[in-house]
Amino acid sequence: MKKHLAAAVAFAALGCGTAAMAQTDFSAELKARQGQFRIMAINLGILGGMAQGKTEYNAEAAQAAADTLVAISMVQQTPMWPAGSDNMSIDGTRAQPTIWEQNDDFLSKWGDFGTAAKAIQAAAAGGVEGLGPVMGQVGGTCSACHDTHRAPAN
Amino acid sequence: MRRGLVLGALGIAAIAAAGFGVTSATPIDSSPLAGLAGDPAKGEIVFIASGCASCHAAPDTEGDAKLVLAGGQRFASDFGTFIAPNISSDPEAGIGAWSLEDFASAVKKGVSPDGQHYYPAFPYTAYSLMSDQDVVDLWAFWQTLPADATPSQPHEVGFPFNIRRSVGVWKLLYMTDDWVMAEAATPEIELGRYLVEALAHCGECHTPRDALGGLDRSAWLAGAPNPTGRGTIPSLTPEDLTWGPIEIAYYLETGFTPDFDSAGGHMVAVVENFAKLPASDREAVAAYLKALP
Ligand code: HEC
Ligand code: HEC
Ligand code: HEC
Repeated sequence: MKKHLAAAVAFAALGCGTAAMAQTDFSAELKARQGQFRIMAINLGILGGMAQGKTEYNAEAAQAAADTLVAISMVQQTPMWPAGSDNMSIDGTRAQPTIWEQNDDFLSKWGDFGTAAKAIQAAAAGGVEGLGPVMGQVGGTCSACHDTHRAPAN
Repeated sequence: MRRGLVLGALGIAAIAAAGFGVTSATPIDSSPLAGLAGDPAKGEIVFIASGCASCHAAPDTEGDAKLVLAGGQRFASDFGTFIAPNISSDPEAGIGAWSLEDFASAVKKGVSPDGQHYYPAFPYTAYSLMSDQDVVDLWAFWQTLPADATPSQPHEVGFPFNIRRSVGVWKLLYMTDDWVMAEAATPEIELGRYLVEALAHCGECHTPRDALGGLDRSAWLAGAPNPTGRGTIPSLTPEDLTWGPIEIAYYLETGFTPDFDSAGGHMVAVVENFAKLPASDREAVAAYLKALP
């Protein structure tokens, strides 16, 4: 927010148009990282629905969802988290400054999600019984990161 | 208007306090505890539901290390930073030398063995509704917990809040033996009420506070600003939390919302605890939330 304002003032002084603003409001990075989490949630939802018995188990669909989780876990993170795109500096994000202050911890928690995604990939086609425990494992890695690095919503 | 009322009451209470010494800390009446035998297995359930370890374990511990109640976690508030003390069974650094009466006075009345008031960062305003049997069971479980010699650290709280006696006035205003939900329609809702209002102290985070840091019970569980940074702790009233009871129970077990987002912030510790409780407890909490006005 502050940064936003300072940038606006600077651009106004230079007589720059609003198009240049897109560079500093990080909207592309926010869309990309928030979108990746939505892809994760949607695919986890497919697996969770089967584990809960809300939808019928289907090995192929389960495998595709788990493969997607693994694919997302391989997306490189650093470019989506530029310095200054935390929730104390700009609006529209729940990313805590701790992501930059304790970046090793953040990346290691991302790595833990990748490990759990591989576990669910290995279990997905093996029947509905195997889904529950690995769902719990994946969910634990989501919450472990949200615990420290994501603020509650507004 | 509300604030005026509270401050007015505070003034009256302060005068009464000065005049009659009502802010002195009185320990618990121990007679109801006397005949009760403690069951450590039941005490463990009380321990988990009440989240004692979530605050009193050392910072960043996981798994069984959470049973070492060495203290050290910091709790920021408008009044300063409180640091959870060592409550392990160490007789010097912890509470190993305490009696059951000392323990019950602390948990249910917020009174220390040397007759001081505790700060309400220790959520005894909720625990005051804990049943005597549960306190006795909890203490029995305590005897099975490990000792740790890490000394407790002083709170970082400035004047006038560093005067414990002033907490006596605060207690007059905010300590109550009444349930927020006066009538529980079914035994399940009654169990949920006990878990939410007494043990798991959900209101401490999900209910907004007034100027003096007391819970605004007229906006019970209606959501509150996040005390440690940005964002809002969500409302749990049926109007705002539209999830069904099965979805609420599933969230408490797994941390997954209906659209498979995953819980974050201080709610993670609550989910970690509730995952270990019987399914019927999670269902009772859901039934209670659905019965809120
Ligand atoms: C390494 C840390 C980390 C891990 C692991 C992680 N998340 Fe997140 N998640 C975040 C952060 C940080 C945000 C906030 C991003 C923002 O607002 O800019 C977020 C946001 C989200 C959102 C909201 C996206 C939106 O629409 O704004 C969802 C949903 C979500 N995560 C689901 C998940 C799920 C499901 C998992 C596990 C499968 C997971 N996350 C694992 C850090 C993580
Ligand atoms: C220590 C503080 C704390 C306590 C105690 C607490 N909560 Fe929460 N709760 C939170 C926070 C913070 C969130 C937001 C989680 C997030 O950002 O993902 C939350 C979220 C929730 C949600 C999800 C609501 C939504 O709209 O997403 C539910 C349901 C919930 N809590 C129920 C409870 C219940 C029931 C209790 C008592 C058994 C409880 N909470 C105790 C802090 C707390
Ligand atoms: C929300 C965090 C929180 C939770 C949950 C919590 N406590 Fe505490 N507790 C504190 C704080 C902070 C203090 C320090 C209070 C003070 O110094 O006035 C404290 C103090 C105490 C003390 C006094 C220790 C001493 O040395 O005098 C005891 C005993 C205690 N807690 C027991 C418990 C038990 C038992 C539970 C669970 C039923 C519990 N606490 C749950 C935060 C918590």
